Amino acid sequence: MFNYSDVLETINMVEKEHLDIRTITMGISLLPCIRSDAKKTADAVYDLVCGRAKDIVKVATELSGEYGIPIVNKRVSVTPVSLISAAFPEDAGLIGKALDRAADTLGIDFLGGYSALVHKGMADYEKKFIMTIPEVLSSTNKLCSSVNIGSSKSGINMDAVKLMGEIIRKTAEITADRDGFGCAKLVVFCNAVEDNPFMAGAFHGVGEKDAVINVGVSGPGVVQHALEAIPDADLAEVAEMIKRTAFKITRAGQLIATEAAKRLNASFGIVDLSLAPTPARGDSVAQILEEMGLESVGTHGTTACLAMLNDAVKKGGVMASSRVGGLSGAFIPVSEDIGMIEAAERGDINIDKLEAMTAVCSVGLDMIAIPGDTSAATISAIIADEAAIGMINNKTTAVRVIPAPGKKVGDCVNFGGLLGRAPIMPVHDKSSIKFISRGGLIPAPIHSNKN
Amino acid sequence: MRAVVTVVGKDKTGIISKVSTFLAEREVNILDISQTIMQDYFAMIMMVDISKATKKLSELAEECKVMGEKIGMSIHLQHEDIFNAMHSV
Repeated sequence: MFNYSDVLETINMVEKEHLDIRTITMGISLLPCIRSDAKKTADAVYDLVCGRAKDIVKVATELSGEYGIPIVNKRVSVTPVSLISAAFPEDAGLIGKALDRAADTLGIDFLGGYSALVHKGMADYEKKFIMTIPEVLSSTNKLCSSVNIGSSKSGINMDAVKLMGEIIRKTAEITADRDGFGCAKLVVFCNAVEDNPFMAGAFHGVGEKDAVINVGVSGPGVVQHALEAIPDADLAEVAEMIKRTAFKITRAGQLIATEAAKRLNASFGIVDLSLAPTPARGDSVAQILEEMGLESVGTHGTTACLAMLNDAVKKGGVMASSRVGGLSGAFIPVSEDIGMIEAAERGDINIDKLEAMTAVCSVGLDMIAIPGDTSAATISAIIADEAAIGMINNKTTAVRVIPAPGKKVGDCVNFGGLLGRAPIMPVHDKSSIKFISRGGLIPAPIHSNKN
Repeated sequence: MRAVVTVVGKDKTGIISKVSTFLAEREVNILDISQTIMQDYFAMIMMVDISKATKKLSELAEECKVMGEKIGMSIHLQHEDIFNAMHSV
């Protein structure tokens, strides 16, 4: 028999501290769907995804009911579409739209994988595919897109970085009626991982099995609450408390992941050891950092607190799960975290501090709204900086910025739901255009040469 | 299959009676009960066997929640594995 405190702790975590399984994501290989033209391929993709994931919503609802833990999102990730549309890249949009229809049919929240991997070089078909991204994101709702432009092993493809600055601007412009919402579904990676369950960057790697269940856990509120109980503890004790809490959260994720895989007749992939915030109060990573003793997230000490939090989450989580992967770490999206939103509104956090923070956590400059007149070259330069941090530190970094059309510093964009709201953050006004227009490849760092 | 029922709320007369009748009507067998009063708050944990229950686990959980709202208590019924997973190494 269990003791009171254990049982009531679990109940409280769910009822009061927002413990949830953020997402069950089914990774599906689309390689068997390649046909002689785009239309046939799109039809095959629709049928495969709808067949393979047909029970995902039902199973998630069942599991949530049986274990008493909310499962917030049901998602699907697929093989990067640039690979299966290589013979007809201009028509890749047909596949994107078929995927979006499949997401609607399944009743899932997001579908990721309208993606290309161009970290070392960009083939002609990949460039043509990337050019389709703005239009496809503007004409779909649940489809997410990502492009990997660098890696520790290969360096940073600056031609792709330049192109992605332009693609992000274009995407914002053609979704201007929704404050550039298309950009919230587009992420640029360095060191992208193949088993990430989180959006917008989820895709199903070619090294994966045909159908895999990856689970992302969440629970910033649980960690914050645990720390509230030890207001005067030293930092070693704080780290220990975070580890113990992360262990419990991750164990719940592991249980749901293995059970979901069994019931959906798929392989268990990984548990992503994440602390993913939502815009709800008490479900914030920023508030954990403030609970550690910062007056506001963004002030001096933020990077150190975040580094410790991120490391302790991993140490606790690794022991709790048989297989860990994905992005694994604390997320710091601005619009999706009430503590971040408020700090940004007060001017207590800026893009430079956020960039520093991404060096010690997962994943990158995420859900940051910037002025609508930010140039493509400046966006590319932001991507290049972020990719450099990832490349040199052997970690995944990403950029998901929204140059909100017509908006300037002082304004705010509101995407609603889990995507939250974002005050427009200033960017530097000096030009980076000469650097960006050089193009070419930033060579891989010396420490990548390990063979 | 075993599940854990937790009942928490302000103490009053007849809680155990109501909850156990509710479970018996659904062929849920009580294996163990532990109950206490903490600062005027009633807290009960039951280990139950639901292998012969007339409803599925997720349906039982939903009905427990509804019943709890009726009698002004917070009632959860959850698969025991969630507690095993989170609180044992």
